[in-house]
Amino acid sequence: MRRAILFLPLVLVFLAGRALAGDTIKIGAVLSVTGPASFLGEPEKNTISMLQEAINARGGLLGKKLEVVFYDDETDVNKAVLAAEKLLKRDEVVAAMGGTTSGNTLAIMGKFAAAGIPLVSLASAEKITSPADPFVFKVAPSDRHAVQKILDHARAKGYKKLAIVTVSDGFGQAGREALKELIAAGGFELAADEVYGPKDTDMTAQLTKIKELPHDAVICWGTNPGPAVIARNRVQIGLTTPMYMSHGVASKKFIELAGEAAEGLLLPAGQLIVAGQLPDGQPQKKLLLDYTRQYQEKFGGQVSTFGGHGYDSLSLIARAIETAGSDKPQAIRDALEKITAYPGVGGVFTMSPADHNGLSARDFVMVAIEKGDWKIVAE
Amino acid sequence: MRRALPGALSPVLFFAAAMAAPFVLSNQYYVSVMTLCAINALIVLGLNLLLGFAGQISLGHAAFFGIGAYASAILTTTYAWPIWAGMLAGVCLAAAVAWLIGVPALKLHGHYLAMATLGFGVIVQIALNETTWLTGGPSGFVGVPRLTLFGYTFASDRSYYFLCAGTLALAVALSRNLIASRTGRALRAIHTSEGAATAMGVHTSRYKLFVFILSAVYAAVAGVLYAHYLGFVAPASFGFHFSVQLITMVVLGGMASIWGAVAGAAFLTSLPEFLRALENIDILVYGLVLVLCMIYLPGGLAGGAAKLAKILSNRIAGHAGRA
Amino acid sequence: MFGGLLQYVISGLTVGSAYGLTALGFTMIFNTTGVINFAQGEFVMLGGMMSVMLHQAGLNLPAAVILAVAAATAVGAAVERLAIRPVRRATAINLVIVTIGVSICLRGLAMLAWGKDTLRLPNFSGAAPLPVFGASLMPQSLWVLGVTLLILLGLRLFFSRSIHGKGMLACAYQRKAAYLVGISVERMAMLSFALSAATGAVGGAILAPLTMTSYDVGVMLGLKGFAAAVLGGLGNPFGAAAGGLILGVLESLGAGYVSSAYKDALAFIILLVLLFVKPSGLFGRKSAERV
Repeated sequence: MRRAILFLPLVLVFLAGRALAGDTIKIGAVLSVTGPASFLGEPEKNTISMLQEAINARGGLLGKKLEVVFYDDETDVNKAVLAAEKLLKRDEVVAAMGGTTSGNTLAIMGKFAAAGIPLVSLASAEKITSPADPFVFKVAPSDRHAVQKILDHARAKGYKKLAIVTVSDGFGQAGREALKELIAAGGFELAADEVYGPKDTDMTAQLTKIKELPHDAVICWGTNPGPAVIARNRVQIGLTTPMYMSHGVASKKFIELAGEAAEGLLLPAGQLIVAGQLPDGQPQKKLLLDYTRQYQEKFGGQVSTFGGHGYDSLSLIARAIETAGSDKPQAIRDALEKITAYPGVGGVFTMSPADHNGLSARDFVMVAIEKGDWKIVAE
Repeated sequence: MRRALPGALSPVLFFAAAMAAPFVLSNQYYVSVMTLCAINALIVLGLNLLLGFAGQISLGHAAFFGIGAYASAILTTTYAWPIWAGMLAGVCLAAAVAWLIGVPALKLHGHYLAMATLGFGVIVQIALNETTWLTGGPSGFVGVPRLTLFGYTFASDRSYYFLCAGTLALAVALSRNLIASRTGRALRAIHTSEGAATAMGVHTSRYKLFVFILSAVYAAVAGVLYAHYLGFVAPASFGFHFSVQLITMVVLGGMASIWGAVAGAAFLTSLPEFLRALENIDILVYGLVLVLCMIYLPGGLAGGAAKLAKILSNRIAGHAGRA
Repeated sequence: MFGGLLQYVISGLTVGSAYGLTALGFTMIFNTTGVINFAQGEFVMLGGMMSVMLHQAGLNLPAAVILAVAAATAVGAAVERLAIRPVRRATAINLVIVTIGVSICLRGLAMLAWGKDTLRLPNFSGAAPLPVFGASLMPQSLWVLGVTLLILLGLRLFFSRSIHGKGMLACAYQRKAAYLVGISVERMAMLSFALSAATGAVGGAILAPLTMTSYDVGVMLGLKGFAAAVLGGLGNPFGAAAGGLILGVLESLGAGYVSSAYKDALAFIILLVLLFVKPSGLFGRKSAERV
């Protein structure tokens, strides 16, 4: 009998564990908080943990506490796969967010699809959702929508010959493919197709080559710091044709790095960076202003579109759990697919069985950089 | 006591222990970590033959790993080859490339050889990055099928682990035989002094090339296993960074030690999993562990274990003597 | 057309200076201690990052740079004392692993202390590009080239005139003999680490306005610097600097005239061919292999 008493705490712990598990909803996150993509992963993680606190502060989901299990994949594919395994086998999450980069998402999405756990990616590559896997979603806008926005602007300006300079990583590759396809399809001429490495520190060679070729405008596709170097090199060698940047640099950090050289550059961006300039009726306006204020109060520094992806991923999953009234993976998946006209940071989401991204070119706005700040360009 | 253990028995024991491991582990997640450990150990084993035994450095072994992985992935996915054929082609391609690069590169010595192999690794990685039409480019190559051999698909993680551990045990046995053979003696002679080896009639360049190709084959086999395990390959996994990590595994495990290679790979592959609890400072501790290991265990893990065994057996002998 | 060529050469020389200064550091340490210091790129990073941090903290630019270089020099000396000296009898490959560990630590510390953002230092003198025969040149590039030349000149004087420089050279020729004639090999080793940390840090500081800096710039610079050092014939500081400039110009010309996607591969292919033709580097002494 005495011996049996010794087992009592064990039984209690076991029961407590069970009871706790019943009261929480576990959602996983595989993010690149360190390593080369940390400039994306860090604001994502910050934002998700901030939103998690906010959700729990207002009573959680379905009366249960929301618990986000974070893993940092250090921008390494192997670690992302291991983290995905851990989420599926050890933490037994009901839904997951990640990866931060397209490569890591492509590497892990098969595992979630096979396990029947919905995954909301924060990366932009179109391969992630086309063809649409029933369990894989993404919140980052597709490159083709950004390209479309740029080409619409270029067409209105009467530009014919476009030169492109893209970074040789996943983001730049996706952009380059979309650019080449849509430039040809849109009746433009590809004047030059230059590439630079993500760690390169001087792009005068590429720009000099472009300068010597006839062209009307240059489109640069990359994430910081490369495009800032390009903006400065452009001024240095006196390249005066208009330059478009991608949505990958839609953060104040870019203006800070490029300094004077950023003046006059054009780029398609999410509504976040121009939230203050939006008309009052815009569905996202309040959300964007609140998010900006809360993020800056909590973490300091500037908000970025990437943190916005973190916000949207968790917010969509939370929304799906609430509308489904269930925290079963299958129910969450079904509800995610039915989300319509739901305002997020990156845009207004309308999912469908064929479209697991739910954004369109309308969610981009063309901005110019003027006096060190963003300015919406009239359509 | 250690000596009493018949040499031929230890790979068998290792194999048995490795096979039993998944059954005693508390969580199936660890099986994936161990699978990666086995795959890395396979590359490190080959690299140790080259670096530890023959004394030739390579800072480009990630490239052979990548060539094996990509060749098999592309042939079986894009061109729908049967998997055994894709695997074989991947390994043969890596061997052929090793031969091509080995002939001129192995004439170089020391840091110049390091530089040449480093350059080779960088070139291969750039090629994988830029031939987007073939490799899928920087964002990677998706949809590689799971390994199927003789009609059996290694679908579960546990079965895949058995496959990798089995391959590793086979490679260990092969390496031990090689080291004990005439070739092994020739390699060690080259390591000690290439000039003396030549003077003694050892055909040094031929042996160096042989072990270079052999180590590339080990890496390519690991690459094939890796690609069909993950189902996804990306150029970032096969860069300079990974080559350096491989060298680190060889040295940390213990140069010229078969078991050291296995231990070094397993230690450094699983270390980040243990350090994860430290969150932000994990990378710092990782660096510190490297430095401290080199300061206190100059012979690597294998050297440290041997020293420990010696101290223990001396103690025991001392006790026995007094009694 | 000529303007284009000149532009490629100018940008190649500027980037090449960074490789060259890193390579110089590799060579100085290798000569004196026989160690290939894989943490060399981290010294460059420290120079750039600390300059930015001190400048942001309110120091004026020259003071920030000088202080940053001094601090990096101290770090270099500390690395030798804490990590290298305890294992000085180890084999060359063990020492390489130690320096890899050190580089991981330094990078981790920088990340924890200063964050992961890319940062920029203001130009030393003006941002208006200067036109040169149809090409253009940033004033900062002049700073980079000028300071690189000054450092080379200074090192030449140091090695040929000062007792410490000669001591380091003696260690380079024959460490044991140097020890026997009363040169403190340990002090020379520490001096070599301090000096190459200083050289690297100066490089990091003068380049930060052009190329910007972040906690992880050392990785790429370390790799290219090592390549440049070997290209120049490891052991010859001036060869190393030349190797860096050649590598930079090769990359730039490759990007301009062949393919910007393959520019690094192209530079490395040329490097490989050079090595196969001339196995001891461009400016290396033919060293007789001791049997």
